[in-house]
Amino acid sequence: MKAVIEITYLVSSILFIFGIKKLASPKTARQGNLYAAIGMFLAIVATLLDQNVLTYEWIIIGSIIGALIGSTMAIKVPMTGMPQMVGLLNGFGGGASTLVALSEYFRKNPNYPVDTGAAFILPVDQGVAIILSLLIGSVTFTGSLIAFGKLQGIVTGKVVKYPLQHPINLVLLLAVLAAGAYVVINPNELNLLFIITGVSLVLGVLLVLPIGGADMPVAISLLNSYSGLAASTTGFVLGNNELIIAGALVGASGIILTIIMCKGMNRSLMNVVMGGWASAGTTGPAATTSAKGQVKSIDTEELAMLLDAVSSVIIVPGYGMAVAQAQHAIRDLMNVLEKKGVNVRFAIHPVAGRMPGHMNVLLAEAQVPYDKLYAMEDINDDFPNTDVVIVIGANDVVNPAARHDPNSPIYGMPILNVDYAKTVIINKRSLNVGYAGIDNELFFYPNALMYFGDAKEAVTRLVNELKSSS
Amino acid sequence: MEEYLFLMHIYVFVLAIFVGFELITKVPPTLHTPLMSGSNAISGITVVGAILSAGMEQFNVSTILGLVAVIFAMINVVGGFLVTDRMLKMFKKK
Repeated sequence: MKAVIEITYLVSSILFIFGIKKLASPKTARQGNLYAAIGMFLAIVATLLDQNVLTYEWIIIGSIIGALIGSTMAIKVPMTGMPQMVGLLNGFGGGASTLVALSEYFRKNPNYPVDTGAAFILPVDQGVAIILSLLIGSVTFTGSLIAFGKLQGIVTGKVVKYPLQHPINLVLLLAVLAAGAYVVINPNELNLLFIITGVSLVLGVLLVLPIGGADMPVAISLLNSYSGLAASTTGFVLGNNELIIAGALVGASGIILTIIMCKGMNRSLMNVVMGGWASAGTTGPAATTSAKGQVKSIDTEELAMLLDAVSSVIIVPGYGMAVAQAQHAIRDLMNVLEKKGVNVRFAIHPVAGRMPGHMNVLLAEAQVPYDKLYAMEDINDDFPNTDVVIVIGANDVVNPAARHDPNSPIYGMPILNVDYAKTVIINKRSLNVGYAGIDNELFFYPNALMYFGDAKEAVTRLVNELKSSS
Repeated sequence: MEEYLFLMHIYVFVLAIFVGFELITKVPPTLHTPLMSGSNAISGITVVGAILSAGMEQFNVSTILGLVAVIFAMINVVGGFLVTDRMLKMFKKK
């Protein structure tokens, strides 16, 4: 039986690997997800056959409750709520790791629940694994809950600064590690184990709280990686290779996404985690508003006339599109322009939105074909040959100051070169600054025209005008 | 052999990280959100540990912790795979 279980775990691990491999193309991705789900099902069945599993009622009850909650969440969540959803799911994974590590500690303790007086010898490797599992699992749990709160608007999305932020976190982390080392040597210190868990939970809150809303793509990716590492450490606790493999795959995935997001902002991971950026802009936006010239605006009728005479349009969506739920209106705009023979494409900046690929999911929901969405490096050279660029709800990712102004907080960040197009239309509700808290000099460029209004409402107005004029 | 077991696990862990890097660098940016939610569901593999904890014969603190862990992990697994499927079926080519 043991061999059957191990082979099933192996098959399950292979299914996970093939599942992720199939995510390399949108054509096979859905099948890949199914492979991974079958892998998970096999792993659960194999575990139920384990000789250590003696009673099933709690497993069944827990599974039913979890499956009901999980499926309800998955069905109900709107596509705009996807970043929160992923954040929350991350948290549950991390929480589960913490609980399993605690449970294993009790199971291995011969003096629990009855004090037998026997010596409790915890092998060092298992002790270390339990402590790391508690630390990473707990940080993932509370960190993800805070990230969820920030994205949902329950917790402030702003950069939160508190006194001695970095020294406090460092001291807490070192305290957990020191206490952990002590517990590994003296496994009977049960209270210390609870303190380690508690401090780790607090650490998760303190680490994510300072991170601002627009940095959430990095935070969510990093927490995703942590949830994988937490699963791996649980694998070390149980001596189970499948958990180690699956956790490592997820850990690697999260790290890669984190690196991509950091590169997309030209910032180091340290800088994001410390909650740095926005502070640069808050020193005084007034200082940068010197003699910029006039902002020109365009109304719906003029814009429709302009678009009547063009052959190529690139739409640049940002977080503002998600907030205004404008993706369906934008799809209509694409359709009406294409009917006029215009070549319409979308340019997606890597950090547009609140999580990696956020814009792509929203546009897919609105049935925009994915082959119309271009990554920054694939479309940036095409802007000079483009008649009109329409920027909807994006700001910092199209600010040319990032290219040439060393004093700008976003200097060096790769941007979409929309200003190279013949005409740039910028849809915004007002002239407010973006996340980085700085003016966007693009608005003052001679080829830039502001099209004011809520994204959904303004685009709908434009679509109606285009329809009636043709 | 027993004393090398931990090293063998490290071995597997390191190799799996490399496999992960190879696989994930090939995922296009357009699928990064489903990648996150799908890999998230995979990290719910902790459910294996949760089942082992909840399935012990005696009902004690370990079992209670295991029960809550099963609930958490199943939310992660079921929610993760379902929501990923929901997203992926929207991705269509012209």
